[in-house]
Amino acid sequence: MSILINKDTKVICQGITGNVGEFHTRGCLEYGTQMVGGVTPGKGGQTVAGLPVFDTVEEARLQTGANATMIFVPPPFAADAILEAINAEIEVVIAVTEGVPVIDMVRVYEAAKKSKSVLVGPNCPGVITADECKIGIMPGYIHQKGCVGIMSRSGTLTYEAVWQTSSLGLGQTTCVGLGGDPIVGTSFIDCLQMFQDDDETEAILMMGEIGGTAEEEAAAYVQEHITKPVAAFIAGRTAPPGKRMGHAGAIISGGKGTAAEKIAALEAAGIEVANSPADMGAAMKRAIEKAN
Amino acid sequence: MKIHEYQGKQLFHQFGVKVLENRVSRTPEEAAAAFTELGGAIAVVKSQIHAGGRGKGTFIENSEQHGVQLVKSADEAREAAAAMLGNRLVTIQTGAAGKTVNQVIVEAGCDIARELYLGIVLDRANMQPVLMCSQEGGVEIEKVAHETPEKIFKEHFDPAQGIESFQVRKLCKKLGIEGKSVRAADKFMKALCRLYVDTDCSLMEINPLVVTGDGDLVALDAKINFDSNAAFRHKDWEEMRDLSEEEESEVRASAAGLSYVKLEGNIGCLVNGAGLAMSTMDIIKTHGGQPANFLDVGGGANADQVTEAFRIILSDPNVKAVLVNIFGGIMKCTTIAEAIVVAAKSVGFTVPLVVRLEGTEVEEGRRILEESDVELVTATDLGDAAEKVVATLS
Repeated sequence: MSILINKDTKVICQGITGNVGEFHTRGCLEYGTQMVGGVTPGKGGQTVAGLPVFDTVEEARLQTGANATMIFVPPPFAADAILEAINAEIEVVIAVTEGVPVIDMVRVYEAAKKSKSVLVGPNCPGVITADECKIGIMPGYIHQKGCVGIMSRSGTLTYEAVWQTSSLGLGQTTCVGLGGDPIVGTSFIDCLQMFQDDDETEAILMMGEIGGTAEEEAAAYVQEHITKPVAAFIAGRTAPPGKRMGHAGAIISGGKGTAAEKIAALEAAGIEVANSPADMGAAMKRAIEKAN
Repeated sequence: MKIHEYQGKQLFHQFGVKVLENRVSRTPEEAAAAFTELGGAIAVVKSQIHAGGRGKGTFIENSEQHGVQLVKSADEAREAAAAMLGNRLVTIQTGAAGKTVNQVIVEAGCDIARELYLGIVLDRANMQPVLMCSQEGGVEIEKVAHETPEKIFKEHFDPAQGIESFQVRKLCKKLGIEGKSVRAADKFMKALCRLYVDTDCSLMEINPLVVTGDGDLVALDAKINFDSNAAFRHKDWEEMRDLSEEEESEVRASAAGLSYVKLEGNIGCLVNGAGLAMSTMDIIKTHGGQPANFLDVGGGANADQVTEAFRIILSDPNVKAVLVNIFGGIMKCTTIAEAIVVAAKSVGFTVPLVVRLEGTEVEEGRRILEESDVELVTATDLGDAAEKVVATLS
C-alpha cells in the first residue's frame, strides 16, 4: 500500500509538448511510471516521448484510461487546466506549475472540494511512491522503499528529507509535495489522515515553513487523530518579517506565521521537531524510537 | 508588489470607492499650488512611501517633523512639503534607515465623525478572501488583532459573487453604522471587494475609514498590495511600480527571474527552492554564521541566470564567503556547475566558495567542477556545507 498513487496508476501530462513537460514526462517514464499520454490543446495527434497527445483531458482519459494527471501548463492557463482535469474526473490531479494567481486558486479550490478528484499543488514538486510511481519533477534515484510518509510545502527541502531518510535506511512510502502557495489543494491534515490509514506507512515526516497557520492546524490534528510517530521541520527561523521568501505563501505578515509559533505548536502536540535541516532524518528516527 | 497611497486612491476612485480630492506634489511649490486649487480652509500633507505608520513617524533630518501634517494655508502646505520632500522618514515599518520621501499628496480636509478600520486579505485557513472591520480605526490593527481579537469583525466572500448586502448589514450592526450610512456602506464595501478581486490584490487596508458628519463613508487612507503572480494580466502594474522603494539588488534579481532578499549577514547563499533556501539560511545561523541573503534560483534557471545570481551576491560588500546548495530536481547539477565555471571566469570569486551538489545529473556536475580550475571547497551534505562555510570566516 501507499497513498494517492502506486504501480497501477495511469498518468497523463497536461502541457506535454512544452520543454519542461516533455523533459519530466521522460523522467517519469524512466522511473517506471505508467505514463499513457499527454494533453495540449490544438496539438492532438502528435506523439511526444512515444506517447499520444490529445486535445482534451476527457479524450485522453477515454482513450488511455488515465486516472492521474501531471500539470505543467503555464500560469495564465493553469487554473483552466486544473478545472478541465477535475471536470474529466481524473482521480489525482497534480499541479506542478508555479505562479498561479491566488484569486484563480480560490475558484479552483472550491471546485476541487466539491469533486471526487484530489488536487495536489500547485507550485509543488509532485508525488512519488518509492519504486512504483513518480509523478513530478523530483529526482527519482534518492528514493528508497521504506516506512516513512513524507509531506512538505517545499520541493527541494523534501528531496533533502528523502535523502536523509534513505541514508538512515528508513526509506519512504509516499512523498507528497503539497506546494508553496497560499492556497493548495491538499493540506497537511488531508495527508496526515491518508498516512494514518495506510498500512505501510509507519511514521510521518512533515516539512513546513513560515506563513499561514497550516502547521498549527496540523499539530492540533496530530494530537487528536494520529497514532503514528510524527517528526517535523520548519524552514525560515531566520526569515525577516514582511518579506516574501520565494514561495508566495512564505511570508510573515502582521507578526503571524513565524517559525517560532509553529515550532511551539508542534512541540506542544508531542511532535519531534528537527533543530536543523540536517537533522530531519534523525528526528524521524528519534520519533520512531520514542514510540517503540 | 506594493503601490503608493495616491495610486491606491486612484484605483478606489475608478471603482466607485469614495476618497477625498487630492493632488500629488513633488516640490514645495506644487504643494502650495495644490492647497490653493483644493480651495478649502484646511488640507493634509501626506508623505508617500511604501510603509505604514507615517503619521507617527518622524524624519531623520528633523525629529520634530511628522510624515503627515495638517495645514491651514498655501504657505503652510509649502513649508510642510519642504520639510518632507527629499528627507528620510522613519516609521515602525521602515527600519532605522527610513525611506526617502520623493512625493507628497495634498488632500482636502474632511468632517470626521468616526474612524474605523477596514481590510481585505486572503484567509488562508478558509481559502477565501475575508473582509475585516473594526471600530478601532486609526490605530495599529495588528495590536487590536493580537490583544482584543473579538473587536475585529469578519465576513468571507466568494470572489465571483463579491460580498452580499446582508453581510454588509451584519458588519454595520457590529460597527454601529446606522441609518442612511448603511446604504453608503453597502456601495462602499461591494466596490472594495470587486476592486480586490478584479485587480488581483493580496492585501487591501483602509485605516482609517471615516464616517463623515453627514453620514457618508470615505477612505482616508489606501494601502494596496498586488499578487505578483497575476502580473501577466495587469500591464499597468509596471507603470505603478516605484523602483526607488525597492532594494536595488532585489530589483536586479527580479529582472533576472530570481527570488532574492537582502539580509544583514556576511555569508552569501545560492540555493534552488525556497524552502531549501530558507533552511540553508537557518543552518548557517545554527553553525554560528549570519546569512547575507535569501536567494532561490528557481527550478528552471539557466546558466545566465545563475551567473547573474553570483554577480548579485558578490555585489554585496558584506559578503565574505558564498555557500552554493543545490538539490537538483528540475534544476540540473550540470547547469549549476557550468555556471560556477563561467562565473569564476567572468565575475571572479574573491571570497571562499563552498559547494554542495545533489540530485539530477549530480555525477556529471561534480566532474565539471573537478575538471575546472575553479578554487572551491566541496561539501557532502547540508550540515557539512554549513560547517565548512562558517569555518572559512574564522
